[in-house]
Amino acid sequence: MVNTLIGDLGHYSVIIAFVTALVSSFSFSFAANGNALDGEQASWKKLARVAFFVHVLAVFGIIFCLFNIIYEHRYEYHYAWSHSSNHLPVHYMISCFWEGQEGSFLLWIFWHALLGLVLIKFAGKKWESPVMAVFSFVQLFLTSMILGVVIGDLKIGSSPFILMRDFMTDAPVFQMDPNFVPKDGTGLNPLLQNYWMVIHPPVLFLGFAATLVPFAFAIAGLWKKDFSSWTKPALPWGLFAAVVLGVGIMMGAYWAYETLNFGGYWNWDPVENAVYIPWLVLVGAIHTLLAYRKSRTALRATFILFITSFLLVLYATFLTRSGILGNASVHSFTDLGLSGQLFTYLAAFVVLAIGLLVVRWKNIPATEKEIATYSGEFWVFIGAAVLCLGAFQVLVTTSIPVYNAFMGFIGVKTNVALPADQIAHYTKFQMWMGIAIAILSGTGQLLWWRKQNSGTKLSEVFMLPLIFTGLFTCLILLVSKMGYFERIDNPAYILLLATALYAVFSNLAILLGVLRKNVSIAGGAVAHIGVALMLIGILFSAGYSNIISTNMSGMVYAREFGDEINRDNVLLWRNAATDMGPYKVTYKGQYLEVKGLPDYVNKQQLFRIEDEFKAIARGPLKDGDKVVYTSGDTVEIYPENTYYEVEFKNRETNKVFTLYPRAQVNPQMGLLASPDIKMFGTKDLYTHVSTIPDFNEEKEWGELKEYQVKIGDTLFVNDYVAVLHGIEPAKDTLLLNLKPGDVAVQADMQVLGERRTYHAHPIYAIRDRMVGRVPEEIEDLGLRIMLLNIDPEKGQFTIGINTTQKDYIILKAMEKPFISILWIGTIIMSAGFVMAIVRHYKDGKGGSSKGPKGPAGKVAVKREKQLA
Amino acid sequence: MKRIHIIGILIIAVAIGIIMSTASDASVYVPFNEAKARAQEGDDTKVHVVGRLKKDAKGHIVGMKYDPMLDPNYFSFVLVDTNRVEQQVVYYNPKPQDFDRSEQVVITGNMQGNTFVADKILLKCPSKYTENEVKVETASL
Repeated sequence: MVNTLIGDLGHYSVIIAFVTALVSSFSFSFAANGNALDGEQASWKKLARVAFFVHVLAVFGIIFCLFNIIYEHRYEYHYAWSHSSNHLPVHYMISCFWEGQEGSFLLWIFWHALLGLVLIKFAGKKWESPVMAVFSFVQLFLTSMILGVVIGDLKIGSSPFILMRDFMTDAPVFQMDPNFVPKDGTGLNPLLQNYWMVIHPPVLFLGFAATLVPFAFAIAGLWKKDFSSWTKPALPWGLFAAVVLGVGIMMGAYWAYETLNFGGYWNWDPVENAVYIPWLVLVGAIHTLLAYRKSRTALRATFILFITSFLLVLYATFLTRSGILGNASVHSFTDLGLSGQLFTYLAAFVVLAIGLLVVRWKNIPATEKEIATYSGEFWVFIGAAVLCLGAFQVLVTTSIPVYNAFMGFIGVKTNVALPADQIAHYTKFQMWMGIAIAILSGTGQLLWWRKQNSGTKLSEVFMLPLIFTGLFTCLILLVSKMGYFERIDNPAYILLLATALYAVFSNLAILLGVLRKNVSIAGGAVAHIGVALMLIGILFSAGYSNIISTNMSGMVYAREFGDEINRDNVLLWRNAATDMGPYKVTYKGQYLEVKGLPDYVNKQQLFRIEDEFKAIARGPLKDGDKVVYTSGDTVEIYPENTYYEVEFKNRETNKVFTLYPRAQVNPQMGLLASPDIKMFGTKDLYTHVSTIPDFNEEKEWGELKEYQVKIGDTLFVNDYVAVLHGIEPAKDTLLLNLKPGDVAVQADMQVLGERRTYHAHPIYAIRDRMVGRVPEEIEDLGLRIMLLNIDPEKGQFTIGINTTQKDYIILKAMEKPFISILWIGTIIMSAGFVMAIVRHYKDGKGGSSKGPKGPAGKVAVKREKQLA
Repeated sequence: MKRIHIIGILIIAVAIGIIMSTASDASVYVPFNEAKARAQEGDDTKVHVVGRLKKDAKGHIVGMKYDPMLDPNYFSFVLVDTNRVEQQVVYYNPKPQDFDRSEQVVITGNMQGNTFVADKILLKCPSKYTENEVKVETASL
């Protein structure tokens, strides 16, 4: 039954949201321009607010309808069909919601709506109207992206409420029966079935949405020719946007580390860069803003940077959603044919914002006085410039596909491609940006600190941090030389280490100084320490990532290119131990996830039936000591993912641990391998399967060999010794559906494998005078055993045995030293940001106090040196 | 001249340096003929080549070699570029699992002797995740 009501409801809500955004944007701008005295302003504002409230309700309505479609599995809708499926757990249904372009636009719209409400409540009389006018104007554009209206050849937006029959008008099934509803959806991209994908997109889009707030304040300031006071409310909002966006980026990085198999957390993929660029600029903007708040300099730069950061968010949207990246990116959205619309918006905002800035440029107050070299502000300003240059570098390279498209558009064919070695290319710049940022953050902070404690000598301020830096750098280098971890001998890496340590110690010195007076202003120092730690974490984990799965078999296909070639993957036969780094590594079998059990269950303990989401337990399945399922129970399984048990045994300490790297053979996407990571204090061991025997190919069994044996006889199969212990009534008859009068017996056999003894019970059954045989397969040994015939008179049994290729996996394993420092640094940085937000929010409320400002500057994070 | 102007000039200088360096690092999409010509001139920079797998009349892939039991890090295949030039390609990594089903292959690497050594392979598969994607318009397509 096709339910058109919910879709219509959703679609009308979109239209209402669009219209109300239009109304509220106009009314807010009239209110902003209106005269407060004759009441014109108040009435426009009233109308605008009502329109915005209706807009928010409509947005909730859209979300309700779309979620209902997914949750109720309404596959008559294309969105549910293409992003969800029957077996998807509820928390991943939330991810389905934003897997598609329309849903992710909706998520963005949702955050704007909420932030709009907050601003109406808290922005204050002066700012509400102009800020909200900008807000509603942006909402107008965003809602039009999901409008789904076609006028002639012009398609405006793509509706998430489109029915399958309208989407696939050519499909014969809908021509025959327009009311056809598919039974199941095509499912969620398996890589997104990860808890980080439930939380990462909302955080990232909240960051996007929050970037609009300081932008709207900056525009409002230009518009109302109030060039200064907007900076006060914009500061906490800017900090908020930066921390949310930064955390969102790092969540994405952690997801990539945990789920994708390129071997790291940052791949310089255009989609990642697209978010990294505005974040750097935003952080730069916060720095110039702080400099302005402190010493009335760099106001123009602050305007430029806040406006640029929002325009770069729009540019990121354009890059990732227009399809322009094409084969330059692994994970861009599918193209909905909206690139024209996206480009129009981008162009509109660029022209309007920059136009306004140019018109007002002369009126923006600028200081004529020189900034002293020894003032903190000077270094803060340089820091912002370095951040922007770093952003610029990533932007220039990431935009390469855009140049091709643009040149193609004006009729010139170009063939520029992204750099062949992207990591080396980006590292070349971003590492030096990291070094510069580390030096500047330490120096700028110390100079600011000196100003606070006027009278302190320069040498006194710098002495202690420099001594500690020298000491610890030497110590770390010494320890590394002694072989406790990778030897650090690259001069650039040593410099990065030293400067990052300098940033840590100088900020630590300030923090300790501040702690005695006022904890609340320590945010800047804390954030800078976090960033410096992130730099150290990146330096070690990426710069000294070490592949331990080196192929030492000595067998290589061709030596035509010397020994330089890659040997990074090792073949592991099932149950055969292989040396790898400090470990003896054994691949021990394939496992599945069973509902209700915390541990994975060996495939051999499950009998698979026709319904691929169910299986029958062949023995008791335990959770610790508690038996959850007994033999014969039907259990629910997640058949998509296979986990490969790989045992690591340290050769020296004999300590054993087991990892379960995952692989999924997806009909649409081929092999999707996800790593499993063992975390140690000083490093992570990161492993993933690179290749597995092809699932789609049926197993090739060798010729059937027959053996005539009596009870107690021994037979030799493929180097294994097997014994027939006896014949007994069949136990595992559940699947045979025996009726009274049928007979079933099974052989009781024992096979000695390399590691353990296997029991095999092939079944021989007679039913309605027909012989049926159920073979037993020992996957570990690559054997299939059948009880072919029984000769009761002679007491002789015919056993048939096939052999096959033994199971194997190809594994890649690497060590990532001190990667935990990166995550710890991220958390510390975020904490610092939050402290700064709290402080500046209070400051904004208190209004007048011009007390000591927070240490300027939150520095950028770089993830250079990402050896994929 | 004020200090701010010196800084401005420095920033512009660095920005120009970034653009120049990006231009020199940027790779190109070329057909095999040009990749060979580059190698003969002693230019060993890495290039992108777009092509399809060589198939026989029945649609089976021809000339693909991967034997993980012998060497899991050696995979070799024949790629036909957009000018219909065939070239043996070697990839010192395991064979990508969905390689056989790919419609279009983009490889990055350079010619070394008679073989093209690829260090990156990007596959375009006929899947729901990519079918609607618009390819970047390039000269070699």
